[in-house]
Amino acid sequence: MTSPFEYAPAPESRSIVDIKPSYGLFINGEFVDGHGKAFKTISPATEEVLAEVAEASDADVETAVKAARKAYDKVWGRMSGRERAKYLYRIARIIQERGRELAVLESLDNGKPIKESRDVDIPTVAAHFFYYAGWADKLEYSGFGSTPLGVAGQVIPWNFPLLMLAWKIAPALACGNTVVLKPAETTPLTALLFAEICQQADLPPGVVNIVTGAGDTGRALVSHPDVDKVAFTGSTDVGRAIAKAVAGTGKKVTLELGGKAANIVFDDAPIDQAIEGIVNGIFFNQGHVCCAGSRLLVQESVAEEVLDRLKRRMATLRVGDPLDKNTDIGAINSAEQLARIKELSDIGEAEGAGRWSPACDLPSTGFWFPPTIFTGVSQAHRIAREEIFGPVLSVLTFRTPSEAVEKANNTPYGLSAGVWTDKGSRILHMANQLRAGVVWANTFNKFDPTSPFGGYKESGYGREGGRHGLEAYLR
Amino acid sequence: MPTGQGSSATGDPVVSADFSDITRTDASLRRFLHGLPGVDQVGAEARAAALGTRSIKTTAKAFAIDLAIRMVDLTTLEGQDTPGKVRALAAKAMRPDPADMSCPMTAAVCVYPDMVATAKEVLGDSGVNVAAVATAFPSGRAALDIKLADTRDAVEAGADEIDMVIDRGAFLAGHYKQVFDEIVAVREACGSAHLKVIFETGELQTYDNVRRASWLAMMAGGHFIKTSTGKVQPAATLPVTMIMLEAVRDFREQTGQMVGVKPAGGIRTTKDAVKYLVMVNEVAGQDWLDPDWFRFGASTLLNDLLMQRTKMQTGRYSGPDYFTLD
Amino acid sequence: MSRIDVRKTYKLYIGGAFPRSESGHSYVVNDTKGTFVANAALASRKDARDAVTAARKAFPGWSGRTAYNRAQILYRVAEIMEDRRPQFVQAVVQSEGLSASKAERVVDEAIDRLVWYAGWADKITQVVGGANPVAGPFFNLSTPEPTGVVAVLAPQESSLLGLVSVVAPAIVTGNTVVVVSSYERPLPAVTFSEVLATSDVPGGVVNILTGSAATIGPWLASHMDVNAIDLTGIAGDTALATDLEVAAADNLKRVRRAPAAEPDWTQDPGTDAMTAFLETKTVWHPIGV
Repeated sequence: MTSPFEYAPAPESRSIVDIKPSYGLFINGEFVDGHGKAFKTISPATEEVLAEVAEASDADVETAVKAARKAYDKVWGRMSGRERAKYLYRIARIIQERGRELAVLESLDNGKPIKESRDVDIPTVAAHFFYYAGWADKLEYSGFGSTPLGVAGQVIPWNFPLLMLAWKIAPALACGNTVVLKPAETTPLTALLFAEICQQADLPPGVVNIVTGAGDTGRALVSHPDVDKVAFTGSTDVGRAIAKAVAGTGKKVTLELGGKAANIVFDDAPIDQAIEGIVNGIFFNQGHVCCAGSRLLVQESVAEEVLDRLKRRMATLRVGDPLDKNTDIGAINSAEQLARIKELSDIGEAEGAGRWSPACDLPSTGFWFPPTIFTGVSQAHRIAREEIFGPVLSVLTFRTPSEAVEKANNTPYGLSAGVWTDKGSRILHMANQLRAGVVWANTFNKFDPTSPFGGYKESGYGREGGRHGLEAYLR
Repeated sequence: MPTGQGSSATGDPVVSADFSDITRTDASLRRFLHGLPGVDQVGAEARAAALGTRSIKTTAKAFAIDLAIRMVDLTTLEGQDTPGKVRALAAKAMRPDPADMSCPMTAAVCVYPDMVATAKEVLGDSGVNVAAVATAFPSGRAALDIKLADTRDAVEAGADEIDMVIDRGAFLAGHYKQVFDEIVAVREACGSAHLKVIFETGELQTYDNVRRASWLAMMAGGHFIKTSTGKVQPAATLPVTMIMLEAVRDFREQTGQMVGVKPAGGIRTTKDAVKYLVMVNEVAGQDWLDPDWFRFGASTLLNDLLMQRTKMQTGRYSGPDYFTLD
Repeated sequence: MSRIDVRKTYKLYIGGAFPRSESGHSYVVNDTKGTFVANAALASRKDARDAVTAARKAFPGWSGRTAYNRAQILYRVAEIMEDRRPQFVQAVVQSEGLSASKAERVVDEAIDRLVWYAGWADKITQVVGGANPVAGPFFNLSTPEPTGVVAVLAPQESSLLGLVSVVAPAIVTGNTVVVVSSYERPLPAVTFSEVLATSDVPGGVVNILTGSAATIGPWLASHMDVNAIDLTGIAGDTALATDLEVAAADNLKRVRRAPAAEPDWTQDPGTDAMTAFLETKTVWHPIGV
């Protein structure tokens, strides 16, 4: 049934960003050819090829690490914090100046709605660089010492490409380290534009190096003997492999891995805001969020009402062209990820959970999945235990606060959790009991450069953001 | 004249019998009203702001502009109002754009009770209603019999709609039964005229209070709930109106009855008006996208709507010389 | 025939505007060689009163902004100063009699000092605040809050670097200030106020009175709507400093005492210029279902 008030298409223009037909690696301040097998990056919304990207071979990784080492020994490691700060401030400023361009590029390459890349991703990226710029000349107040480690090898995922880059590079550079960073193979473009920004900021060559590639490049980077620090954000499986690979070496390592967060709604929750929090928790960024509220734990006494309101709210979500300013849910990042989401959803149905999505007109090309909920889920179901990493919510019920705690904690993961109640003491009680690195009360998916982020248990170790985020890059 | 659904043909109060236990005493009202779900301020304001980022262009914008014009209660509520001023206002309500006959009329004019007859003379059976403020507007500080006489006066003069103010002092002091009884009494004095209940949300201050006032007014039989008198800042805001849209949505869910919403004061531009319509669309639903169920209490808004309407038709930015200023 | 220059009038900076003194008075400012430079406004007690009113009015808005926003604004002030570097160098040469290269170093230091303080806005809370592990089922959190309106007697000798070093730490945490600039060297302060006026700093956050600390100081020290006072500008004048501290005691102002001599402004300032004007609020929340 069509509404009388149909929103017309409101596309953000692509013309602001100039995508080159092909990109090299960014090593020692310049773009150079890669020696691996070049690959293509596509727009997941239309499947069109956006650009050809170089693959960094083992030899390329070696060159990059050498450049980083030289820059550390000769320039960056010796530079005063005050001067390092000013480089980082320059980068932050240029990110703000080129914000729209970066947002459009991110939405094209990743598939996320322009509304999110414009209003959340890019401003937070700039804020991270501003925040850590201010630490560069104050390290003696950090509580973690003021000596850098050396060269950091950093591997980041595809879900928040530029934001994950900011989370890695900003604190590393502020503390005086140099970096070699590998963006995800499906989302390299904003990292490459970032390399141009480093050039515009006159960042000394070798301080930041970007080596594009896939699993092989990542492995070469994290196992390189001259890398002092490894930072990885991605799946728990790969994180486990990295932890094993660095064992016995002197490398410091931080890992930010998967999650299966419980979003707990009590009977006295501010209900309309709780519905928003549920929606935001699992459908923001198409659910491609490690800390997504992918398990709704709703108090049984209000479960029916919450579900009715949730379904009504989901019916107003708009799935479509990421560059349309009215799109709420964009494309799934890749064919592989779409297949995984479909597989686990089919398993959910087969396990007996009730599946529901609002009616959605999905485009015929590209990778799409409608926002979906599964009701009648229990902890024994696979869709309650395994990370789906898509816009799929598993709904479970609980009777009492202690049962909520028990179910929320009953997972190998421990990245985040949400609590919805009007009672302050209960918020604090739940926060105390939940084994999660981030607890959101009456809100969800809130990020700030001053606020430390990271997991318990198999969601990884180490914190990014805040004063605590400096620890990983100092000794 | 729009009758809307939810009122009986005779205009009798349609308070559902289900509420009689709730509305029996201050204490029972307090238990019910304070037992409604709370509103988280940060979350509510974030949702209202997010709805404001919808980009409404081309056909959607044209639809929204015409709808907004049809929803305007064109208002003059000044001590210095004269018959001449009110006649000019009424003429503009019937023909907002003197250069374009296709421009729709506004829903109503809104005036003080002693100006109702003048407005009625001009408007006749054009289809533009006369709404009168009453009950010692804007403060509401007078004895009940005076407020009821004020109401009857406006109704006898021909008002189709009455915009009453609640006693905010009684509300903030917790005398919910008094507030409830007053609304019921005014509703009765309205006869067949439709009743809008003004909360003065700027004085109620918290979203929880707005939610409670909404339920109180709806249980007492108001046809519309309205944010403000326009005489106190802040007047209408997006988040406050959102809370009221949620209330009317929930009320219909529970009782089957629709109640209208009217934000008033501080809505000056087409951009603002469109944001409100997006909110109506996505929070309450399309049934409320109708002048029977949603109104804008405004004066300067109309000219901005007309200018935007003209720009959509001609492609050029317009200027105030091309529209009437009263 | 050489061109006649258009000379600037040196006015006060109050509430974001540049008024003359309500008293109509001015005083002669010479450079270090004794050459006439300008008649600067001589601030009166009524100007001080007006400045405190402006600072109080600006306090809720300024302290209510996010730390990130205050950091951005202070960083912008630094940007604009950098853009006007030659002008500041000239002002310091003229006021302090330094060589051009020494003056350049002073100006660079002042800009970098501003950047340093800008970076503290969203970090001081993490360094001086924190949760306290009380022996009971309570969540207990201590956080710093700005104290309010701070009167600042700016250093007499270091007319730019010293000025920035007493103003920035007070405002970065959300306080608003009324500053009495160096009496003999007011001109860099006036140029600095022009930068503030064009850098998104809301009016009233910084108010600069050119004039005498000995005359204006007592009025600020005794003002009951001023929350704190920084006596750095009367370094070495123990009698006056004592009098002002006594006057300040009437409403228990937080006092940052006058040092024996003007400090070496090139040293690392540490955090006490910020913490001197911060209150600590500790809140208890019970933990329970």
